[in-house]
Amino acid sequence: MARKDVPPRWDRKMQQRLARGEAAALGELYDRFASLVHSLAHRVLAGEQDADAVTREVFAHVWEHPETYDPQQGPLRSWIAAVTHRVAVQRLRDREEPEQPRREDLESEVRRASVAARADYIVHSMPAPLRAALDLAYFQRRDYRQTAADLGVTEDEARRRLRLGLQLLSTAHDTGTPPGYRGAV
Amino acid sequence: MKGTGGSGAHDEYGEYGEHAGHGEEGRGGAARGERPRGYADGRGSGDVPPGAGGSGPVPAPRIPMPRASVEDSGLPLPDLADPGDLAPVPLDLSHDVLKSLLGAWALAACSAAETAAVEEHLGDCGSCADEARRLREAVGLLHQPESLDLNPALRTRVLAACLNRRPPRIPVPDWAAPYDAETARLDALLQDFGDAEWHAPVRLRWFEADAPTSRRSTVAGVIAHLLSVDGLVATALGLEDPLAEVADADRGAVGPAGRTEAYWRASHFPPTRSVRGPWREQSHSLVRTVSFTGGHAGGLTVPYGDFALPLHDAMLDRAFECWVHAEDIAEAVDYPYAPPAPRHLNRMIDLAARLLPTALAARRRAGLSGPGRRTPHLVPAGAPGRSLRLEIEGPAGGEWLIPLDSPAAVGSADFEVAHVALDGVEFCKLAAGHVPPAEAAVGQVGDREAIRDVLFAVASLSRM
Repeated sequence: MARKDVPPRWDRKMQQRLARGEAAALGELYDRFASLVHSLAHRVLAGEQDADAVTREVFAHVWEHPETYDPQQGPLRSWIAAVTHRVAVQRLRDREEPEQPRREDLESEVRRASVAARADYIVHSMPAPLRAALDLAYFQRRDYRQTAADLGVTEDEARRRLRLGLQLLSTAHDTGTPPGYRGAV
Repeated sequence: MKGTGGSGAHDEYGEYGEHAGHGEEGRGGAARGERPRGYADGRGSGDVPPGAGGSGPVPAPRIPMPRASVEDSGLPLPDLADPGDLAPVPLDLSHDVLKSLLGAWALAACSAAETAAVEEHLGDCGSCADEARRLREAVGLLHQPESLDLNPALRTRVLAACLNRRPPRIPVPDWAAPYDAETARLDALLQDFGDAEWHAPVRLRWFEADAPTSRRSTVAGVIAHLLSVDGLVATALGLEDPLAEVADADRGAVGPAGRTEAYWRASHFPPTRSVRGPWREQSHSLVRTVSFTGGHAGGLTVPYGDFALPLHDAMLDRAFECWVHAEDIAEAVDYPYAPPAPRHLNRMIDLAARLLPTALAARRRAGLSGPGRRTPHLVPAGAPGRSLRLEIEGPAGGEWLIPLDSPAAVGSADFEVAHVALDGVEFCKLAAGHVPPAEAAVGQVGDREAIRDVLFAVASLSRM
């Protein structure tokens, strides 16, 4: 998977190629972002078919309206995450409608899904060293001293990375679109 | 894959600063009401924020339970650097050190003594208590990603839906679509490979002089092979040759096998996963660049050393090779791998069928045609000649009339001397040199000698 160290130049170039109507650019865009889009949609909607449909919708939107991305507002990855979030939440609302659930249930479901999707996005795009430290300490159940040894850093640094990583992750509870893209979508 | 450099790592996240933002107070979360382990004796002080505990006999809990620590999990215990850890006597640590431990504490990644010290401190320090609660809630958001394997068919469907809604001004030519699809499928297969998979042994197999031959490599070595040979097309298009440095040093490096061997030789270490980035970048560049040839390939030919193919056939050939080697890789790591989409497979079969008359002629020249074979029935160029009907079954199927005696002749139903029928995937395995001609599941009627010759000619299309 591509990481965040793709230069913004790539983002601008991609936008130009999409605007020019280059089908090959669409393919490259898909190859870079499809797993992000699909996993975010899956986290909100918890259904394979829904996630597929959201993926189709998101790429169609980007392909049809590449000009609505503003590179000044943040990286293309963040914008695509924001579009995905909007499309997925809309689908969640549409899906719930026929059953007429209590309004507050739906809203809390939307909030839960939004926080989860933001958390996934943050983990997905956080600096690799922080992600590696969290991965060791949480998924591999290493303590911070072992984490430091595994990463070849000092214990101070391991503690710092774990704390910073969790601080970043905790911003998922803040409302708004995924971090890094300020444009309204 | 795009080179996550290790050295710039620190600069990369410097911008995040100390505080990634603290939310408003009192967001309890679902775990509110649970009691943090070891917190019962926390002494409330005046410094504690409202609702976060207090002077009662038992402080109101405000921090969700830590995840069970590794000590409770039955997993091997961490090394005990300090035997004092066995008895969780609170350590005397400074505020700064305790604060720095909050992340590790929230993840239950501290020693028992440190855990006790942090938890005692949380009773006294409101700002640390707030952060501790926030970090512990963040731990609840960590989530093992489900398998990220996207259904490869989704790519085709999504792209088709997009292009249907807004037709492209610069489409990917039909003859490049199989390469685009196959490289994307292979890249998706490589997605989750760890080191064990990248270094898994793969045996490349092909036919040479009517005999099976093979060469040992690894998954990464196979990707290096694809990179090297795709480089033939890249060079013909004026793109950078991935072997630029190697080719200078190794003038003999022409053709698919020569280039691959040169690439393998030139690296000091066996290829690693780092070969994926350059391979994928080049395959994207190829699709992009051929899109600008306007669909007719502009009369470009791609030299393969001892033969050449027009650009559009070279792209089909590379799509075929990509699939064949993806199968090799999938088999080596025991993953399932489906054949290409029928319309793509059909084009690959069509290319092989069109190459057969030349392959038959090469066999004749090399004296490999069956003994006692009658003299070729030569006809003027462009005239109908003795033919074999190749019938391919399955969704990618079709029928081809293969002129037997001269590449210049035209296949003709009137001069049909034999008829073979086989499945599309079986035909491709034969053309890849993965099934010996004698063992291919083939329905056959007519001239046995002609059939044998054609099947061996199909196998001779294979190469490293």
